[in-house]
Amino acid sequence: MEFLSYLINGISMGSIYAIIALGYTMVYGIAKMLNFAHGDVIMVGGYVAFYAMSFASSSFLGEEPSALAWGLSTLVCVILAMIVCTVLGVIIEGLAYRPLRQAGSLAVLITAIGVSYFLQNAAQLLFGANPVNFTPVVSGQLTLFGGQLRISYVALLTVVACIIIMVALTTFTSKSKMGKAMRACSEDRGAAQLMGINVNRTISMTFAIGSALAAVAGVLMCSYSPSLKPTTGSMPGIKAFTAAVFGGIGSIPGAFLGGILLGIIEAMAQAYISTQLSNSILFAVLIIVLLVKPSGLLGKYVPEKV
Amino acid sequence: MKKKNLAALLMAGAMCFGLLAGCGNGNDNPPADNSQSGAQESQAAEDDTQSQAPAGEAGGTFTVGVIGPLTGGAAIYGTAVANAAQIAVDEINALGGDIQFKLISEDDTNDAETSVNAYNTLMDQGMQILLGTVTTTPALAVVPYAYEDRVFTLTPSGSGDDVIEDNDNVFQVCFTDSNQGTRSAQYMDENFEDLKIAVIYKNDDQYSQGIRDNFVAEAESRGMEIVYEGTFNDSTSTDFNNQLTGAQSAGANMIFLPIYYDPASIILTQANAMGYEPTFFGVDGMDGILSVKGFDTSLAEGVYLLTPFSADAQDEATQAFVAEYESRFGETPNQFAADAYDGIYIIYEAIQAAGVTADMSTEEICDALIAVMPTLSISGLTSAGSEMTWDENGAVSKDPAAVVIQDGVYVTP
Repeated sequence: MEFLSYLINGISMGSIYAIIALGYTMVYGIAKMLNFAHGDVIMVGGYVAFYAMSFASSSFLGEEPSALAWGLSTLVCVILAMIVCTVLGVIIEGLAYRPLRQAGSLAVLITAIGVSYFLQNAAQLLFGANPVNFTPVVSGQLTLFGGQLRISYVALLTVVACIIIMVALTTFTSKSKMGKAMRACSEDRGAAQLMGINVNRTISMTFAIGSALAAVAGVLMCSYSPSLKPTTGSMPGIKAFTAAVFGGIGSIPGAFLGGILLGIIEAMAQAYISTQLSNSILFAVLIIVLLVKPSGLLGKYVPEKV
Repeated sequence: MKKKNLAALLMAGAMCFGLLAGCGNGNDNPPADNSQSGAQESQAAEDDTQSQAPAGEAGGTFTVGVIGPLTGGAAIYGTAVANAAQIAVDEINALGGDIQFKLISEDDTNDAETSVNAYNTLMDQGMQILLGTVTTTPALAVVPYAYEDRVFTLTPSGSGDDVIEDNDNVFQVCFTDSNQGTRSAQYMDENFEDLKIAVIYKNDDQYSQGIRDNFVAEAESRGMEIVYEGTFNDSTSTDFNNQLTGAQSAGANMIFLPIYYDPASIILTQANAMGYEPTFFGVDGMDGILSVKGFDTSLAEGVYLLTPFSADAQDEATQAFVAEYESRFGETPNQFAADAYDGIYIIYEAIQAAGVTADMSTEEICDALIAVMPTLSISGLTSAGSEMTWDENGAVSKDPAAVVIQDGVYVTP
């Protein structure tokens, strides 16, 4: 029973890593760049949802809102956060990354780190440095086996959301026209352009989707672990990036698998080995996987053509 | 052309900055400038020995520096200290006596390296006495410099034992970590039955680790049962479900949290989401949990914590301080504020007792104050009706008292 609890903890934290990792992996797959500001977009999404939700509950929801009113207003707040993050993602791409499209990959990487710090410090100015406590979008828990196993609804919600997002994204990239354009860009940007695909628009679209996902991840993560501060996104961002590499960067199922596995390994390491060593174990596993399979679990090995 | 313009602009900027810096120094007291250079200092010290002939008459404007986290995760503590110190300074200055204070403060974001930079900045601004640092980890980094520079240091809330150990110039307003850890174990043993204790602590923080070590030592010597210990660090401080599951499956009915309120607020929320309801027992770092924005304070009901100060105490001094703090800053002061307020008054009393003057060198002030500290007995907001005294080491005699949160306020159980 204990083992099941840990497993569920691991899967739900892993689902959050997976949603964030999807953002990293899509951008890398298509624009061939590491968007290190992705973690901080999550934080922005969290803050937007937090302030929208406190505004909603203080202005028109009243003391004891009905479940429906609460649910609807929460949904509106989450959608608002997604819109803000989408716009933010597209603006970041347009202002900071597009002018560097032809520059070396190092220049883009450093710019991304710069954007990350910019967002953190701007958030500190705007929202203050004191942590705020996010109200979970759902509360309560599911009790199984006569109270021996309790699963919080937040944990269930993250897993369900992750699966829905995963399926939707896979369908989108394999079936829709925009999805095809994305795959074309990821395979060969020059050839895609020659075939009449608007590469800039495709990349903007990728950023838009990744940032909207970041907003969802922000709300889920803050519901799961409610302290929200300007640096909230940085560590989960790094772990999710690890998950993306672990699963094979550029691959959508890889990000999903990598995220879930990372969450489970972390939970099991904390449960049965040591809470002090959990990060060391996590990254040791990453190193071993990359030594054996340098392209990650589901990554494709692409030989350099001469 | 463009480049030239830029260069000119930079030059102009640098000159303006120089002017401003000049102004800053001009406004300072002469002794304030002395601390900037050793040569000047010794000369000034010679002058002072002549001018200060009738010893015992304390006076002048003393520059007191505050270092603490004004931003970042521990910002509630630093701002509380800076705010309350300002109130105390304003009160003393309003008395119009010979002793006046000038308060300068710098942010250290609860980071050791930043704190040393803050210390150097304050020294450049002419700091003579340090009220700081607010938290233990930065304090351990700053204290060796203050020791070397001979700056009298009174930390309002840096509770680590090592902060005062071997540093004759450092004194504490708060009780030490060993005191808190031991007292927590003692309190639990005396007031609860059939305890199965879990400890969740932050093992990259000296404060948390120090309290945990003393708690565990005391608990073992009393034969108390510790069924689970979980740790976290800066990079894993967002999710505690695994630690809580561990504590729950080990059957813990009491969770000891020698940590700050920010991770504690996550632990309380996640335990609630799991439907796990042990008794939570925090130390002085738990103070502040009720003022976290958006935190559902009903989750903190029944949480125990150690604190020497309760804002709803009925004595006159506390009431006056709380009213003043609330009207100025719009929030209820926590114990860090009270410690800082007491700290300024302790410095004030020590200056009077030692008869130092503001034009003495930092080192002379320091030595004179060190000499009088063990002789002082001061009652303040955090002394709980008795009087605070200090031992040679710099530790205060103060008994941490446990309070429990009921209906959103601290109540003595």
